[in-house]
Amino acid sequence: MSSTVIEQGTVEKPHSEKNYLNADHTLKSWLLTVDHKRIGILYLISVTFFFFIGAIAAAMIRYELTSPKGILLSSEVYNKTFSAHGIYMVFQFLVVAIPAVLGNFLIPIMIGARDMAFPRLNLLSWYMFITGGALITLSFILGGVDAGWTFYVPLSTISENQISLCLVGIFITGFSSIFTGVNFIATIHKMRAPGMTWYRLPLFIWAHYATAVVVILGTPVVAITLFLVVVERGFGFGIFSPELGGDPVLFQHLFWFYSHPAVYIMILPAFGVVSEIITCFSRRPIFGYRFIAYSSLAIAFLGFAVWGHHMFISSQSAFQGIVFSIITWVLAIPSAIKMFNWATTMYKGSVHFSTPMLYALGFMGLFLIGGLTGLHLASLDTDIHVTGTYFIVAHFHYVMVGGTILGYLGGIHFWFPKMFGRTYSEVWGRMSAMIVFVGFNLTFFPQFMVGYLGMPRRYHYYYFAPEWQIYHVLSTAGSSILGLGFLMPGIYLTYAIFKGKKAGANPWGAKGLEWENCDSPPITENFEKPIIVTGSVYDYNPEEDSKLYEDEDTGMLGGKY
Amino acid sequence: MSDHVAKHGDGPEVYFQYEDIDQQQESYVVGMWSFLVTEVMFFGALFLIYTLYRWKFHGTFFGAHEQLNWKMGGLNTMVLLFSSVMVAFAVHFAQKGKTNKQLVCLGVTLLCAFGFLVIKTFEYGAKFDHHLFPNHSFSYADPEHHESKSWWDEALPAALKIEKHEQEGNPKNARLFYSIYFTMTGLHGLHVIIGIIAITALMVLIKIRSPLITDYIPTELVGLYWHFVDLVWIFLYPLFYLIPR
Amino acid sequence: MGWGPFQYNIMPEPASEHAPYYDALFMTITGLAVFFTITVVAMIIFFAARYRRGTKVNRKNILTHHTGLELIWMGVPLVLAFLMFGWSTKNYMAVRTMPKEATEIFCIGKKWMWHFQHMNGVRENNELHVVVGKPVKITMISQDVIHALYLPEMRAQYMVVPGRYTELAFTPTKPGRYKILCAMHCGTQHSEMVGQLYVMNPSEYADWVDKGGNKYKNKPLTIQEAGAQIYSEKGCANCHTGTDNPRAPTLVGIYEKTRKFTDGTSAVADREYLREAIKMPHNRLTAGWENTMPVYGGTLTELQVLQLAEYIKTLTPGKGDFVRQDVKHSTPGSDGDSSAVDIANKGGSAGNAQFRTSEERR
Repeated sequence: MSSTVIEQGTVEKPHSEKNYLNADHTLKSWLLTVDHKRIGILYLISVTFFFFIGAIAAAMIRYELTSPKGILLSSEVYNKTFSAHGIYMVFQFLVVAIPAVLGNFLIPIMIGARDMAFPRLNLLSWYMFITGGALITLSFILGGVDAGWTFYVPLSTISENQISLCLVGIFITGFSSIFTGVNFIATIHKMRAPGMTWYRLPLFIWAHYATAVVVILGTPVVAITLFLVVVERGFGFGIFSPELGGDPVLFQHLFWFYSHPAVYIMILPAFGVVSEIITCFSRRPIFGYRFIAYSSLAIAFLGFAVWGHHMFISSQSAFQGIVFSIITWVLAIPSAIKMFNWATTMYKGSVHFSTPMLYALGFMGLFLIGGLTGLHLASLDTDIHVTGTYFIVAHFHYVMVGGTILGYLGGIHFWFPKMFGRTYSEVWGRMSAMIVFVGFNLTFFPQFMVGYLGMPRRYHYYYFAPEWQIYHVLSTAGSSILGLGFLMPGIYLTYAIFKGKKAGANPWGAKGLEWENCDSPPITENFEKPIIVTGSVYDYNPEEDSKLYEDEDTGMLGGKY
Repeated sequence: MSDHVAKHGDGPEVYFQYEDIDQQQESYVVGMWSFLVTEVMFFGALFLIYTLYRWKFHGTFFGAHEQLNWKMGGLNTMVLLFSSVMVAFAVHFAQKGKTNKQLVCLGVTLLCAFGFLVIKTFEYGAKFDHHLFPNHSFSYADPEHHESKSWWDEALPAALKIEKHEQEGNPKNARLFYSIYFTMTGLHGLHVIIGIIAITALMVLIKIRSPLITDYIPTELVGLYWHFVDLVWIFLYPLFYLIPR
Repeated sequence: MGWGPFQYNIMPEPASEHAPYYDALFMTITGLAVFFTITVVAMIIFFAARYRRGTKVNRKNILTHHTGLELIWMGVPLVLAFLMFGWSTKNYMAVRTMPKEATEIFCIGKKWMWHFQHMNGVRENNELHVVVGKPVKITMISQDVIHALYLPEMRAQYMVVPGRYTELAFTPTKPGRYKILCAMHCGTQHSEMVGQLYVMNPSEYADWVDKGGNKYKNKPLTIQEAGAQIYSEKGCANCHTGTDNPRAPTLVGIYEKTRKFTDGTSAVADREYLREAIKMPHNRLTAGWENTMPVYGGTLTELQVLQLAEYIKTLTPGKGDFVRQDVKHSTPGSDGDSSAVDIANKGGSAGNAQFRTSEERR
């Protein structure tokens, strides 16, 4: 991005060694920080922790399903295990991961601001997130929750588990998301550096803006819905109780009114990350900037009009079904726009397969499959047979794991040098990206098949159809590989934080304020001098870039291959 | 942060992340409005639930609402409307820099908020005594409980008493009505309490001349919040107390 | 499908009239998905390989936007989407329109068992016998939480919701034994809420029906007879007589007739309305009558409500039979009628145990 730093020539001035990481070393300085970068790091640590809890639950589920009759767990414990997997992964990881870690860290830097609009609110969000996570964990320690992450009534109102406590935890986490969303909106609206017009914003910012809109519109609805379950359990109120004439299906409507857009809360930031990575490693301006930017907003708004497609068979009327179905079909288009634009961005580029790029390419492949199998579920008729089966499980894992987690890992690898000022081993990075890709497909592709054959989700046993075992065994084998693939970055990135080679301000040769005007790691105020943006984002030149690599390695991170 | 230079004295303070005072003030207002959008969605879901059930069980809702004291609800409406006016004046005086008048207005608002809660307590207390709290002890259209006396009702001045209506409708659906009534008014009451905390904190900070309050924006934000709380009540009152047959 | 040890199905057996249509649409959408996946992946691989860093290819005149191209890749998928939507909606309407001439079966879902009731009174738990080639219409309701009746080989699934009736129809085309599953998480033994669907030849089926489902020593009461019994036991006829009277409107011939209510609205007296009128009579009062009927919400089970509604359906003006019947048979569900089904019924979760043990024995 072209930008001027006021008082030309100061860029070359040797800067002090102070940065946000070593500004202060006490634990208190971390726990009471209002620096968006430090809060991003706090989130990084906490979501990683919650991710591994969810992953352990997933491993238990996969192991249990290798036998049609179950192996270790009782049905009760099995139900609590998959509930834990869903609750931790959705509420404590996927919804939060990219916005809270990468978004927090990068949004102010990318728009040329010194911090978020409300730094203290930002810290409060983190504390609420941790409190929510702690309450959820407590509820599992005290006996667990067996209603699944969807908490359908009346199951969740009559179950005798620790559901109330867990729901209170989710409620608090939800408000943490809302505050983050409010912060993003105010920051993106009001904190942009002079010259940073809307159309000069990186697509990462557009995606996060759309996400924040979804968060502040959707999250309160699910918060109040889950709160009603709590009062129903706690005080004996009965708003969804069929006994009193209440309607349990109404709960599903309200729940999916948030939880479908929640899918976009998870995937839109990943879109933003991938847009950045693809342009950087194709070394050319992104193709169709405005179409990508507006498709994010289209997804955000249309996403609120499709919740009923989760409920085609839940006794809503055929007319409702038709309306929700057609909007869902239309919603496929903005995602298709993004896909085609990213692919075309590589045309006449100077493509480099570094670790983040491998993750981004993996993301494109997996999200494509995830999105296209969504068509089977958008279609009224085909949805009937596969809804509630492993087909749907495979579909949303392709979108959420293949989409969000690959986007998240790609983003972490891309901005790692910026966050910690060090580089990780490219060899290990590329290897882990490929292992994740292979392991992922092996885990979830067989689930499409077993789902079409009729295996319902959340089943502990399938002794009535032992022929399904082969698919489950394949899936479990894949999940072991996938687990290894997720563990590897955990190890070599941790190693790199302390022992990695020092990275320069711009190791990838990328464009953008965070790379060109900001040190690695950034100083607490982000920029030495105020920024004025003068040119458009993504002004790469692939031709010149490629020439650099025709003969020999220039020492840029990643090199020729 | 470290280079956070507090400029006391002349003019409002600009926090380090902002370029100038305009940016800071606009950011706060944008943030507050985003939060209010959230709050609208929060109550919106409840209004949707209310609408659906009232449509479905209109007869019972009509019968059940006659147990609510519309006079006290109306009094509460007036109390809140008056407090809203006071908050608007408080913002006005804050902009003019007339701190004392601002504090008086905020104080009156605070009194109104407490008054609202007191009136609400009388209403809730009577509902508990009449077994209308929708838990397992709920009892509706049952002559034995219907006739039960309540101190909260007796203690009211005559002008605020309403004539006792027959309890009509299906008891189960009436319990649904009271579930929604207690959830919505309870959550609204919670917002009033949060408002009381916010106004008190604001008054204390103004009184001790805290460096946190350097311009009218904090008053404006609290005012926006308080207007929202009023607005919710403006909808709640007719929806629960004034259902037409 | 496959060879030697590698014999794995890729689709469940298509055993209903709708299944081939379903599979055709499913495979078409899958084909489209594969086509787009291959197109985009081929684009990615081609560009990535050709324009890899350091290759000597033309990189001049980079395109950064092209509205025509964007419109093409918005337009083509959109048209395809509408086509697929139309096709699938047509299929959906066909399968969700309940057949007029169908074998009626009632289904009650409860934790964790499927309970089926045939019109002739035969009751089954976790088993369902139907005849090949004849449409089946299942009317379902749940006693506790939400379940979903899922018949994979029939490509049929629908939720079983407490508090309202839902319907599911299918026409089996192939005799055999198929799966009945619960596809909505319903608690601890969710994965054991499974059963068997037996599709029989007409002759076999007639024989099976004749023997009362091989379960009863005596011929069971038909569903209408059971309803009549409840009608007289609960003393409905004390108020609901053959003609309207000051205490209550008559029930003769009200089924599927429009009823007017005191609040001015009106509704067709379908099964849903009858259920509401029995369980929550206060809710919608028929115009002209006071609110005097007791609430039967807690006293009648869902099954009894179904039976009662079926009985009320048979009350036509010509047949207005309101004399108390002499009850010859035992009360449905009481201990007098202790067949295996009823014992399992009482056990609640005993439901699927029989299949489990037989599988393990094998």
